[in-house]
Amino acid sequence: MSRMGRNITVSFERLRRLGHRQDRPQRIAADAGTCPRCDSHYSADEMRRNLRVCSACGHHFPVSAHERLEQLGEPGGYTELWPELRAADPLQFTDLKPYVDRIREAESKTGMGEAIVCAEIEVRHIPCVAAIMDFAFMGGSMGAVVGEKFARACEHAAQKRMPLIVLSSSGGARMQEGTLALMQMAKTVIALDTLAEARVPFIVILAHPTTGGVWASFASLGDVTYAEPGALIAFSGPRVIEETTREVLPADFGRAERQLANGQVDAVVDRRELAARIGRVLHILAPPAATGQTSGSQAVQWAQESAERMGRAAQAFPGAARKVIDRMRPGNGDDMEAGK
Amino acid sequence: MSAKPDAPGFVRRITEKLGRAPEVQVDEDLWQSIQLARHAERPYTLDYITRICSDFEEMHGDRVFGDDPAMVAGFGRFHDRPVAFVGQQKGRDTNDRTYRNFGMASPEGYRKSMRVMEIANRLGMPVVTFIDTPGAFPGASAEERGQGGAISRSMQLMWRLDVPVVAIVIGEGSSGGALGLGIADRVLMLENSTYSVISPEGASAILWRDASQAKAAAQAFKPTAANCYRWGVADAVIPEPPGGAHTDADQAAQIVDQYLERTLADLAALSPAERRVGRRERFRRLGPLRDPNAGVAMASGRDTSSPG
Repeated sequence: MSRMGRNITVSFERLRRLGHRQDRPQRIAADAGTCPRCDSHYSADEMRRNLRVCSACGHHFPVSAHERLEQLGEPGGYTELWPELRAADPLQFTDLKPYVDRIREAESKTGMGEAIVCAEIEVRHIPCVAAIMDFAFMGGSMGAVVGEKFARACEHAAQKRMPLIVLSSSGGARMQEGTLALMQMAKTVIALDTLAEARVPFIVILAHPTTGGVWASFASLGDVTYAEPGALIAFSGPRVIEETTREVLPADFGRAERQLANGQVDAVVDRRELAARIGRVLHILAPPAATGQTSGSQAVQWAQESAERMGRAAQAFPGAARKVIDRMRPGNGDDMEAGK
Repeated sequence: MSAKPDAPGFVRRITEKLGRAPEVQVDEDLWQSIQLARHAERPYTLDYITRICSDFEEMHGDRVFGDDPAMVAGFGRFHDRPVAFVGQQKGRDTNDRTYRNFGMASPEGYRKSMRVMEIANRLGMPVVTFIDTPGAFPGASAEERGQGGAISRSMQLMWRLDVPVVAIVIGEGSSGGALGLGIADRVLMLENSTYSVISPEGASAILWRDASQAKAAAQAFKPTAANCYRWGVADAVIPEPPGGAHTDADQAAQIVDQYLERTLADLAALSPAERRVGRRERFRRLGPLRDPNAGVAMASGRDTSSPG
């Protein structure tokens, strides 16, 4: 059989299977707004208002990176960082199409320069650095630009002592940049330690899908990790696993809810509650006053204030205050343990 | 051959598309080198460790879930100094290959290796990793136990180590499974080893949508040691005996021994802080891109011109 003939046979088979694939990322045009799960219809306006969540069944549609930023902060209330960075083509890579053509197509399709958008943003009045990935740009794949922008976001957040919020939606490393794309995993993991040194928190939101080299690098290293409902979170996707090991996987394999049960994420959070949830956890981990450089005198002032508050409380509730103060005395630690 | 005129529209479109796919000129030397990297008789991790160490004590288990035979980790004496060794291990015959899971490590494997690296760091022993894997194990069990987090944490730990770290790619280094042992002060690659984002077969299935295009994929990725050196991914290429490492494992190990001894001596001359800065910079500069503010494309590696 000629080579061409064989190719056609394979493609036929593949097409048939493509129709039945469950793991395929949703390609429903968001503005057309037909829910793939319950067939509810939405106008473009409704979709935007509902944060692209089906109000009938809760299905989460894909969201562009810029719209994500508007959902998390105030509309238009963010400053994009390093939008000018563009991919190079170190391998002069061509598969079925040259890499440079794929980039050009992705740019015109999405209006974005790359698969990640970094910005300074306020989430519930807390200034943050956000790095938001967009699956629509070449499957959200991580090449040199994504790695570089991520590393700069870490360094920027550390320097300004602001929390870093990362939203991942990616198939993994960008194949078309070959070995150098793989190395971005190392770059991002190392860059994260600049955050650790600056002692600012790192929040990860796992959106559909987060797989491959992105899950196996920064996306699995969040201090706090939330996942959107139904998001596929895996190092190897279901198709690769089924083809390699011949295992039959359950329908919910790798999905956010399952990964919560596996202990891989802290919570599954509905998109409509996401900004509030991030705001809440940041108010605990990095309250606005504490994210600036905490000077010694500030700390002393806080201590004095809290001592005064305690004093006032002691006058108002003598019995309760006595108990608290007793517990804080050295040597009474056992009581605290027993009291738990 | 072209589709018949009465073929359904989508068949015609696909045929046209396939017809347009560029014919790839395959460099046979490159393909042969990639085949040598996975030669059935190529020396594996333990073959090197047992030859270059005067004594080796293998550790087992991650103390959490189990022991992963696809990953070997332990302590040995190398030129009369204690050194921690870690690496993926492939099997030789059918039973052994299954037992070693074809060198595809599970989360337990990475956790075992991290355990050994932590001890090495505490006791001040250099860490040497041998990379030889088609990738981390793609299985439901591995996913449930956190394959992604195991690899990312392994990278994080390696970057944080105070002791000298050397990674040696001895066969095929594919995907995150390889890089999980790859964060080092120096990355050395054997002449016929490869270091790639994915195996040629995997790339063929995903990018060409056709499992038979492995050669074309290999040609596009060019993941050879020489190219990795050009890109700055590898710091040195270790020569192999004529014909490849499998022709003479003893000689191959002897050459690795020499390179490793010199590399460790170089690294011992640096302070932990100097090594960490170097390690960070080493990976920070990898990956060329276009930055209009920088005026020119960010340079990467040693040679910004097209890799051959």
